[in-house]
Amino acid sequence: MSDHEYTPSSKFGKWFNDRLPLLTLANHLTDYPTPKNLNYWWTFGGILTFCLITQIVTGLVLAMHYIAHADMAFSSVEHIMRDVNYGWLLRYVHANGASMFFLAVYIHIFRSLFYGSYKSPREIIWILGIIIYLLMMAAAFMGYVLPWGQMSFWGATVITNLFSAIPLVGESITTWLWGGYSVDNPTLTRFFTLHYLIPFLILGLVVLHIWALHVPGNNNPVGIDIKKPSKDTVPFHPYIVIKDAFALLMFCIVFALFVFYQPNILGHADNYIEADPLVTPAHIVPEWYLLPFYAILRSVPDKLMGVVAMLSAILILAALPWLDTSKVRSAVFRPLFRQFYWILVADVLILGYVGAMPAEGLYLLIARVATAYYFAHFLIILPVLGWKEKTTPLPLSITEPVLGGSPNLAAARSDEKIEKTIK
Amino acid sequence: MRKLKNIFFVLIFSVIVLNSSNSAEKSPPFLETKWTFKGLFGKFDRASLQRGYQVYTEVCASCHSMKYLTYRNLAEKGGPEFSEAEAKAIAASFEVTDGPDSTGEMFVRPAKLSDKFVMPYANEQEAKAANGGAYPPDMSVLVKARKGGADYIYSLLLGYSEPPEGVELDDGVYYNKYMYGNKIKMPAPLSDDLIEYTDGTKSTAEQMSKDVTNFLMWSAEPHLEQRHKTGFRVIAYLIILTVLVYFTMKKIWSRVEPKV
Repeated sequence: MSDHEYTPSSKFGKWFNDRLPLLTLANHLTDYPTPKNLNYWWTFGGILTFCLITQIVTGLVLAMHYIAHADMAFSSVEHIMRDVNYGWLLRYVHANGASMFFLAVYIHIFRSLFYGSYKSPREIIWILGIIIYLLMMAAAFMGYVLPWGQMSFWGATVITNLFSAIPLVGESITTWLWGGYSVDNPTLTRFFTLHYLIPFLILGLVVLHIWALHVPGNNNPVGIDIKKPSKDTVPFHPYIVIKDAFALLMFCIVFALFVFYQPNILGHADNYIEADPLVTPAHIVPEWYLLPFYAILRSVPDKLMGVVAMLSAILILAALPWLDTSKVRSAVFRPLFRQFYWILVADVLILGYVGAMPAEGLYLLIARVATAYYFAHFLIILPVLGWKEKTTPLPLSITEPVLGGSPNLAAARSDEKIEKTIK
Repeated sequence: MRKLKNIFFVLIFSVIVLNSSNSAEKSPPFLETKWTFKGLFGKFDRASLQRGYQVYTEVCASCHSMKYLTYRNLAEKGGPEFSEAEAKAIAASFEVTDGPDSTGEMFVRPAKLSDKFVMPYANEQEAKAANGGAYPPDMSVLVKARKGGADYIYSLLLGYSEPPEGVELDDGVYYNKYMYGNKIKMPAPLSDDLIEYTDGTKSTAEQMSKDVTNFLMWSAEPHLEQRHKTGFRVIAYLIILTVLVYFTMKKIWSRVEPKV
């Protein structure tokens, strides 16, 4: 992993490091050669780590005051909001933190899609990321159930009922998940336990994700392989650390605006009504970050096929490194892919929008077209594009376009483009 | 490219905004009134909160509970801020069942600051039986439990009218243009001069609606003032720190290249 041998300067340091090479690790993290042309879209990895830690810390304290019982969960949340010192702050940070976490992860994923970060040799990083994303969705869903409001209860009912679509054993699985014949106290307590567990699984996977990243090193906006360390790289500290810190602070300002001034805008009013198994809310909608998948689920008339489509929509991402047949990573040099990329972004946003709307009439039609396009993008457009697309010439290194040492005109033209894209 | 990025951001935010305002029922726009608790430095109007409590206790409390509120809350900072003596007197005017005492008997005593607001009905069934089958919702977090929040509650209180032609109403059902489905089982609760404000304010229906909505907003968000105050400080701090870190970053990166 390390590119050069590291020897601690102190005698004790050397003694310790020979037995547990923590100092070598610290040195590796400090010196880690990073492409110097990384733009701000690359700062979301650090931001996501911050989000995870924030959720774990606030969640830990909330769990000290929360009571996972169907009769007491709602009032224990009100107790946190009213009587626990800064309980309102902890809860609002945790609740909005989930949204900020997803906002950051979507930017992180779409950055990867644009610059082809999922391609060889980074497939494992990408797949680990998909698993983290799946676990995040599970954690967020179960967390949303814990306040035991109307949307908690009915959201849990809708989602757990999806398992009943499995042929033959579906009903039994649903009953097993519920711990009874409907969503009730046993469901709440197990969701709480799992909600507590999953973040630590995510934390472990994040370590692997970063480990896997540090083997080939970062991709970069130009998407070419670079020599490390070289003129094209800077040490992680202080260059990337300070840049990540700056981006993180900007992110925190947005975060704080939500927490302190619009803490409930991303939530749903119905969740301030205590869960009532006898009253169904007019519209059952998941949180905004799950809406695109909810739209895919509802766009298929058959329940089982809907569930399959929804799961495939996520799992298809894991196959992306092999579906995208283009050898060129960065969209900067792929004029056609770039257009399809933005169409995909729009498609996902449209899916999110119709996911929040009732599944009927025009909305349902739009959802079906958008779902079909989503799958077509990965299954048809990307494989074909890899064969057909004429990519623009790649520069030889990151510094080359800057230094202007390019021998041919075509490369020089694309250099301008890189400049524009990066800056 | 830059343009596309901007479009991307506009789309993200429009999706968030649209989602937050989705499934808006086709009801007329809410009545407009000025709320002092909105905005960067929003605070509650103390006198209005005290009047709002009076409206609640003299009108609403006969049907609606506020089970998450405690009498001590009435004297706490950021709320109606009754004096402790006043809050104690308010509490003492209610009776609660306590016990068992040393002989094993339950007994009735005046409420204390540490007691929760006394509920109008013993249980949900009794509440329903007394209200034609409709359960008057608990009002502790009502403002947050309704789309539109304070504006919705305020409008609803003033939104009663005769039903338009062709709309048939059953007995005990009333027409309200802001209610979901326009049918509500609560008769218009407020009318001019229904109560006599202790501070001498003229008790018009608008005044009472506004005061009680203020009170409900506070009961749903008792730490709103502290939240706004802390929020301003946090954001000011973050902005200053961001600027400092920005210049530090510029300085550090100037060793590598002039532009970051």
